[in-house]
Amino acid sequence: MSKLFTGAEIVFKCLEDQKVEYIFGYPGGAVLPIYDELKNHSSIKHILVRHEQGAGHAAEGYARSSGKPGVVLVTSGPGATNVVTALTDAYMDSVPLVCISGQVPTHLIGTDAFQECDTTGITRPCTKHNWLVKDVKDLSKIIHEAFRVATTGRPGPVLVDIPKDIQFAKVSYSKPKIEKKSNGKLHNKFIQNDIDELINLISKAKKPVIYTGGGVINSGPKASETLREFVRLIGFPITSTLQGLGAFPGDDNQFIGMLGMHGTYEANNAMHDCDLLINIGARFDDRITGKIDEFSPKSKKVHIDIDPSSINKIIKVDLAIVGDVNEVLKTVIKKINKKHNGFKASNKQNTSKWWEQIQKWRTKDSLGFINSEETIKPQHAVQRLYELTKDQDTFITTEVGQHQMWAAQHYKFNKPNRWMTSGGLGTMGYGLPAAVGVQIAHPDKLVIDIAGEASVLMTMQEMSTAVQYSLPIKIFILNNQYMGMVRQWQELLHEKNYSESYTEALPDFVKLAEAYGCKGIKAVNPDELDTKIKEMVDYDGPVIFDCQVDPNENCFPMIPSGKPHNQMILGPNDEKEKKITGKGKTLV
Amino acid sequence: MANPKSAYSIPTKKGKSDTHIFVVWVDNEAGVLARVVGLFSGRGYNIESLAVAEVDQTKNISRITIVTTGTPQVIDQIKLQLKKLVPVHKVADFKREDKKVIFKEMALLKVVGNKKKIEKCIKICKSFNPVILDKSKLSVVIQITALRREIDKMSKKLKPLGLISASRTGAIAMTRGAEIFK
Repeated sequence: MSKLFTGAEIVFKCLEDQKVEYIFGYPGGAVLPIYDELKNHSSIKHILVRHEQGAGHAAEGYARSSGKPGVVLVTSGPGATNVVTALTDAYMDSVPLVCISGQVPTHLIGTDAFQECDTTGITRPCTKHNWLVKDVKDLSKIIHEAFRVATTGRPGPVLVDIPKDIQFAKVSYSKPKIEKKSNGKLHNKFIQNDIDELINLISKAKKPVIYTGGGVINSGPKASETLREFVRLIGFPITSTLQGLGAFPGDDNQFIGMLGMHGTYEANNAMHDCDLLINIGARFDDRITGKIDEFSPKSKKVHIDIDPSSINKIIKVDLAIVGDVNEVLKTVIKKINKKHNGFKASNKQNTSKWWEQIQKWRTKDSLGFINSEETIKPQHAVQRLYELTKDQDTFITTEVGQHQMWAAQHYKFNKPNRWMTSGGLGTMGYGLPAAVGVQIAHPDKLVIDIAGEASVLMTMQEMSTAVQYSLPIKIFILNNQYMGMVRQWQELLHEKNYSESYTEALPDFVKLAEAYGCKGIKAVNPDELDTKIKEMVDYDGPVIFDCQVDPNENCFPMIPSGKPHNQMILGPNDEKEKKITGKGKTLV
Repeated sequence: MANPKSAYSIPTKKGKSDTHIFVVWVDNEAGVLARVVGLFSGRGYNIESLAVAEVDQTKNISRITIVTTGTPQVIDQIKLQLKKLVPVHKVADFKREDKKVIFKEMALLKVVGNKKKIEKCIKICKSFNPVILDKSKLSVVIQITALRREIDKMSKKLKPLGLISASRTGAIAMTRGAEIFK
């Protein structure tokens, strides 16, 4: 008879077979057997967080920056409910997470036992799938299945709920059959005709634009390389969603900036006026489309996505290609090179007028702002941070709000997996724990959380985690004392009634840093900014940087609610030129 | 609305809604119905009726039949979202007007009244395969199988004749002819 293992041992055997190196977690009554087993498995390191939400976001940061699934371990009841925000966040942004939660013993389920909650019930709508393990014989099968579900197709979070008696129960273990890497082929449902049709549309387009999203990042670093080859081959302008930044170099001339609510003038106008729109791994989110009826009215639309349910969900498309981005693009490139002689000059002629138009839009300099010598402008702070860190391989996380948009607009990403931000759910408090996870995955790299002072206070406790594991994360707070994005909306839509968006009694961030045992730096004047940023970057250890910025700055450009892409509000530069009359601030 | 005070866009025009019948083959496991039903409630789709039962004991497969209404785009979404659920094997969707598919609902009707009224009730039910499941001096329980709207009509007709209780299943569906849905 084969050797018997406890459920807790099985959990670790599965994690080992899945080549898991790090678990982010927090112990508690219902997972104690698993925690007891931890000491016998030296290849797996546990990172103790300070709150389960932090564990979830840290695992997200780990997963997004490394391409490997993040693993979370929490206890029953409050442990599980605390991780729900992170699971929902991962679900919205397609991040592969495997969450293992403890549960009260099987015979107590349904009795309102201490720290009991219906974990699988609560997490059902925010996971790709979840399991309650009722028999230890199913445990290993379920955990391996959980990893498979989390990492294949459109990635996402899964949860395995393990009652305490199952963790003690004994069973034999057999290694999983190593499945041949299918390379997502299982999800490729396109046929050659689709590819031919796409190439046909490409060859005819006069005003094309490529719109890429997080799907390119999720398809792996190779997909970004393939995308670059594809875009250079056909010479089209390319814009990206918030999640797709980094797939194509941000400083490349063909890149026309981020699109959407706070996207560039050229990107949004190109989306509106184009005659061919190629969506690669994005999902027509409402922050991107603006008013649906008037979204890109004159274009043929192509959508390449691994998730069939993303196609025609919001915007009806003319050509749908269901498949892995990398596979689809590789097939297209091959065909173009073989049959069409790489398009050579023909495409450039077709689109030369379009490029002229884009150059005209570019001269608007929609990301411009009026800099100041007295106060630090937040955009200026991000630009300086970029200039002073662009020479090294820097990983950026963010919280949610104005600072997030300024980071997306002014920090230029040249590689995939370097940009971790909560886009779908918009979770304030994401960035700090995510930075912890990123630093775990990349111990020698520079990891910066571009934060807002309100967001960062939501998960500030994780500084303690960073200090415990000597993670030199840099928390760069654009401190404007307001929930800036809330304040901006109140200014634009609610007659400047700044209801509850100002934070009184903010902590002294320098002292707070010192209390956690890390370094605190404060910058107030534009003159001192560069030196202080350098001081932060050079410091070997975690830093909280309190960058006191102009509290009244708004994030522009902006598509107001319910408006199409070509009616953007531009920034104060535009006001200064007194161009805006009559119709108010909207530009047509 | 010129200036909607919202960070979201205003709703756009809705297309015409149609009634569709979804047939979903799922693993018969704990929570699977909650997953399917939760998908509908969570995404704001409505359920007109629902019928579930295990249909294959060896393969452990249940068949869920859901009647719903929606625009073509919504119907498409429902289908694709259902297919994404891990325990779902296949999803079929039929328009209610589809002539190639049989839809049936069953109803149990209890009528209390004198002999004359009961006789009249049974007569009215004649075209819907009535089966008398129980009969006493004062009452009768009739089983009928019919379309939803036919049962609606029957209920209305039988009310004045002493219908005091009606129990109905959701619709179930089967394609006509030798083919099965793959």
